[in-house]
This record gives sequence, structure tokens and C-alpha cells, in this order.
Amino acid sequence: MKRTFAVASGKGGAGKTTVAVGLALALADRGQSVRLLDCDVEEPNCHVQLGVSLTATEPATAPVPEVDTACCDGCGACAQACRFHSLAVVRKQVLVFPQLCHACGACLYACPQGAIREVPRRIGLVRQAEAESITLVDGLLDVGEAMASPLIRQVRQREAGTEVTILDGPPGTSCSLLAATGGADHVLLVAEATPFGLHDLALASEAVRLLGLPVSVVLNRCRGTAADAQAFLAERDLPLAGCLPEDRRVAECAARGGTPYREVPGFGAAMRDLLARLLGEAA
Amino acid sequence: MRIAVSTTGDTLAAAIDRRFGRTAGFLVVDLDSGASEYIANSQNLRAAQGAGIQAAQNVAATGAEAVLTGHCGPKAFRVLAAAGIAVYLDAQGTVAEALERFRSGEWEPCEDADVEGHWV
Repeated sequence: MKRTFAVASGKGGAGKTTVAVGLALALADRGQSVRLLDCDVEEPNCHVQLGVSLTATEPATAPVPEVDTACCDGCGACAQACRFHSLAVVRKQVLVFPQLCHACGACLYACPQGAIREVPRRIGLVRQAEAESITLVDGLLDVGEAMASPLIRQVRQREAGTEVTILDGPPGTSCSLLAATGGADHVLLVAEATPFGLHDLALASEAVRLLGLPVSVVLNRCRGTAADAQAFLAERDLPLAGCLPEDRRVAECAARGGTPYREVPGFGAAMRDLLARLLGEAA
Repeated sequence: MRIAVSTTGDTLAAAIDRRFGRTAGFLVVDLDSGASEYIANSQNLRAAQGAGIQAAQNVAATGAEAVLTGHCGPKAFRVLAAAGIAVYLDAQGTVAEALERFRSGEWEPCEDADVEGHWV
């Protein structure tokens, strides 16, 4: 059965990439083919932890409007339809601001003259690499580009074809998080068991619940039983998928670009347990 | 001739708002009749992006031929230029004082934006 798990947080540095790569490796160790899609397109770094080079690259583009001035009568319907102000109409003349465009196509739909067509504009790269039975795909947004969502959607077009897809999401709670998690079968939120971590977890869980997606939480860097954090989850009806203990060796391994799943004793087993719970197997 | 002035209030005595796209509002003054009309800009104050572009379209819709403001970014300037609206920067003090400076004829319109745009 094809399944898609998204790994997200709110806070940066919570451990998303370490968990996403860990889950992908745990699947690979079962002999399963898995697709790992790095949707943190402003700072994609799953390849660092997997220790692979992304050799296959192709440009990624976003469709932006181009106006045929011969057909346009300057009615202004396109500018009214655009919620992002990427079109303006003055003196019956359309001005396009491609860098504000979210590539939603509303202007195309709104134009009564059929005067708008979409043309591709480069926004970054989609890259791919193979490691064991893992196919890693990531997006790399060009420096200076503000719109991550169209690139994330292109990375996610490569979801199909395998049994399990792991999505490594971006931090934050804005459009790029929603683009990276929307439509997933389950969202795993990684949160530090600290006041900062829990605060941002609450925001991220609200964002993901707006999408109607099933959620569970991995508490990272837990000291002891993390009772406060567990109470926080219970109050908000957030199921606990697992606790990862505070372990300096994981941080040191990640900091030198290593693979905690392979190199830190106990971490691989913790990821295999987490995977089993996500797949609904008895732990 | 109608002049749009970015301002925090709705009278000639109100202070200049130095921002264009995210100004509190515009007082549009008809220099010939002395009549004025206040255009609130609160919707653009809350806009995630493109505030300057939308404010420039709103100003163009008032029929104003010149804008007096503090600063203007590149996207707003492009819309104002396409609309044939002259932009006068570094306005100071009150709306009345800015209009007086405009009438003196010693204020040159800018030839380009004076500040960088924002991504959001």
C-alpha cells in the first residue's frame, strides 16, 4: 500500500531531518524501497546525513502569467483575482510582478479575454540521488526567490511509484509547511521537550490540523520521562508516537555530517520502533 | 490637479506618513478647488505582500497626478510611473506643509525608487 508520512515541526533544529532520514533508513533496512523527499527547499540537507551526492539535477520552474497585449482590453479582472498583488492594471495596461506570483493560475481563470498564458520562470533546482533502496529527491530554491511552495509541489510530484514516501518538511507554520504536508497520510511532528519546542509544536499542530491530517508527536531530547511535555500533549489531544532521549552523541554525529541512524548506538533501534508504530505494527 | 499625500490622518494638519505602500491612508487634495478626500489604506497595511503595488493602483484610481510621500519602493514606483503619476519623496511635517513645498515649484519629482522592495 502506498503511504506518505510527513515529518514537520514548527521550531527549526527540532530534529526533523534526523528523524526523516532515520525512518527512511529503517525502511531500507527492511529491504523496502522508499522515497525520501526533502521539502525544506530553502535549506535542503537530507543528502548530508545520508552521505550522498545529488548528481541528477534539473531546473525547476513556476508558471507565471504573460499577457498578450493584442487580446487584453485592460479590464483589470486579473489584478482583482490575484490575492498576492502580482498583477497591477493602470491605464488599461497590465504590469506583472513575477517574483510575487504563487503560480495559482487564478488570473488565467479570471481573464474574460483569454489574454493570459503561463510561461515558466526558473525558481531553483530539483535534485535526485540513489542510496541503497532509498531514492532521495530534494528541491533547492534559488537565492533571492521568495516563493517556496511551487518548488515544493514539484518535488512532491516525484512521490508516486513506491510503497512509502517520507517527506522532510520545512520549519515554520506558513505556506511552505502546508505545501510540504498537505495530502500526507500522517504528519509526524518532531518537538523538543522544552518550553520553546512545545510552544512551536502547538502552532504547527494547529496548522496541520487545519488541513485535516492525522498527527502524532515525537518528543526529542527528552530528559527522564518528559512528564510536563507529555501532559502538554494530552491537554491538546496530540498522540505521542515516541520519545527520543537527550543524547549528546546524536548531536555530535549530526554536527559532523554523520548518520546517527548508523553511528549512534541505540538510535537506529529507536527509529525502527518509531517506524513500526507509524506503520501500525505492534512495537 | 489632484495630489495624493501619504498621511496618518484625514486633515491638512495631519502628519505625513513616511511609508507609501503601508501608509495609514492618503489625503487626495484638489489644488484648484481645495476639496480633499481621504482614502484609507488599512487593507494594504495588513497585506502579506504587494502593499505598494495595490496602494499605487488605488492612488491611480483617484485620478491623482502626483504623490507626496516619504519613501517609495521599486514595485510601487513602476505602477505609479505606468500610471503617469509623478512621485515626490522625502515629504516632511504635515500634509499642508508638503503641499506648500509642492506649490513652491522647488521640489523635483524622483526618477526612481529610493528604497529596496520587500519580499513580503
